[in-house]
Amino acid sequence: MKLNVDALVIGAGPAGLGAALSLKENGIEDILVVDREDAAGGILLQCIHDGFGLHRFKEELTGPEYAERDVRSARENKVEILLRTCVVDIINDEGLITAILLSEEKGLVRVETKALVLAMGCRERNRGNIAIPGSRPAGILTAGFAQKMMNMFGHAPGREIVILGSGDIGLIMARRLTWEGSRVKAVVEAQAYPGGLNRNIVQCLHDFDIPLYLSHTISRITGTGRISSVEVTPLEHGNFAPPGKRFSLACDTLLLSVGLIPENELSLRAGVVLDQATGGAVVDSNLMTSVPGIFACGNVLQVHDLADSVSEEAGYCGTAVARYLRGETKKAREVPLKTGNLVRYVLPACAEAGKEALISFRPISPAQDVVLTVRTDTEELLRKKERKVFPSIMHRIRIPRVPETAAYLEVSFASEEK
Amino acid sequence: MKKELICINCPMGCCLEVVYDAKKVTAVKGNECPRGKDYAAKEIFHPERTVTTTVRIKGAAFLVLPVKTAKPVPKDLGSGIVRAASKIIVNAPIKAGDIVLHNVLGTGVNLIATRTAERA
Repeated sequence: MKLNVDALVIGAGPAGLGAALSLKENGIEDILVVDREDAAGGILLQCIHDGFGLHRFKEELTGPEYAERDVRSARENKVEILLRTCVVDIINDEGLITAILLSEEKGLVRVETKALVLAMGCRERNRGNIAIPGSRPAGILTAGFAQKMMNMFGHAPGREIVILGSGDIGLIMARRLTWEGSRVKAVVEAQAYPGGLNRNIVQCLHDFDIPLYLSHTISRITGTGRISSVEVTPLEHGNFAPPGKRFSLACDTLLLSVGLIPENELSLRAGVVLDQATGGAVVDSNLMTSVPGIFACGNVLQVHDLADSVSEEAGYCGTAVARYLRGETKKAREVPLKTGNLVRYVLPACAEAGKEALISFRPISPAQDVVLTVRTDTEELLRKKERKVFPSIMHRIRIPRVPETAAYLEVSFASEEK
Repeated sequence: MKKELICINCPMGCCLEVVYDAKKVTAVKGNECPRGKDYAAKEIFHPERTVTTTVRIKGAAFLVLPVKTAKPVPKDLGSGIVRAASKIIVNAPIKAGDIVLHNVLGTGVNLIATRTAERA
């Protein structure tokens, strides 16, 4: 094992493997990928349902199948992957990046690298993040942990299930648990619209007549030892409805599918500046963070809807890292990106004048018949009608050439003129 | 007859307005691509889903092996197929794509592994 590399990649999920493969394709040979798990593939290994790869491979794959393609390519391209290895610290000393690794096989090692790719993914929001009152019995799990229990270890989390939050993982677990013989009594969602994709509402809830309570939340958890029931409360303009409108659901398990948070503790230790809206690093158009030489891609940068879009971003990132390592990132003037009407966030934070820009963004709320525009202070660069937009669907557009004179780029959705 | 469906072919989730009679779908509106039309015809008369689950595995570095039906099967067979899979134990090594159970529940469709398991 080399203790001095051109690029160190943290995480061997679709982001890390995608970045590593792209680095190899771009002629960077001296790279190391580390991952804390027993096998490469990341969270895809527990996502045994299908629906992956439609964009990238034009076929419908399960998570493990999608992961296996990247792992196989990595092996064929001789990407060195060190498993059961945790990065405990990153030290950034005037352009020299050192990572401290704790490895089952190698012990405690220091690896010096010219470039670092953050690809650690995200983790789930939990009960502490959403503050549900009541007792603290067993049987309250995040949906992704329940998924890991079932799909990696073969244990069912419970028999009578209530799911809070309508994120895709919760919806997928509703179907998985129903197929396995558990009874999913309800999915409760605080927003007025589902958090997950429409296709999952249909094939995971409608197929099994599982009720979805929109604009409802769980206001109390009851149970000694094990959870025995939850109190479901309608939300009226964001406030709890009076007690008469609340109802109780008996259950032995509550799954939380209430959002994902990019896992950036390590990034913070390295001095990387985070964006409040995405929870990921603030990056430029090369996906380089505020620390020169440190890049980010995948769910650690922004939570994606699809593995396909993670892979796309990772490929873009690998190419940018290779350019950086060859000293080809001579910077043009930076043009800041701004969020306009109905846009929750836009990534990257800035583009380069005269160059291509790949821009990701999400709307704040669902909307119909809107016009997506990208404009500078003086001209409109893109105008596209969108029949429906949802916060659960990320948008990604390519601006072939950012105008040399642009003072800024603004992405916004406007109502369509009738 | 008229029915509203949401296409599940891809994450777009198009809202389809389907007009049909006793034998066939006569009109589909709202689909952004041709697959929406095929989906509507299937969904009205013979709805099908790919079923994914796990089987137990011995001799591998992990405890359960993910599997799927090699093709979509009638949608009400999900629980039955998962139950059938729960009775199977396979042995490593096994390759993704290998058949784990032939002709599951008489559907003519095989249950196949979706992960490669080397002997540990």
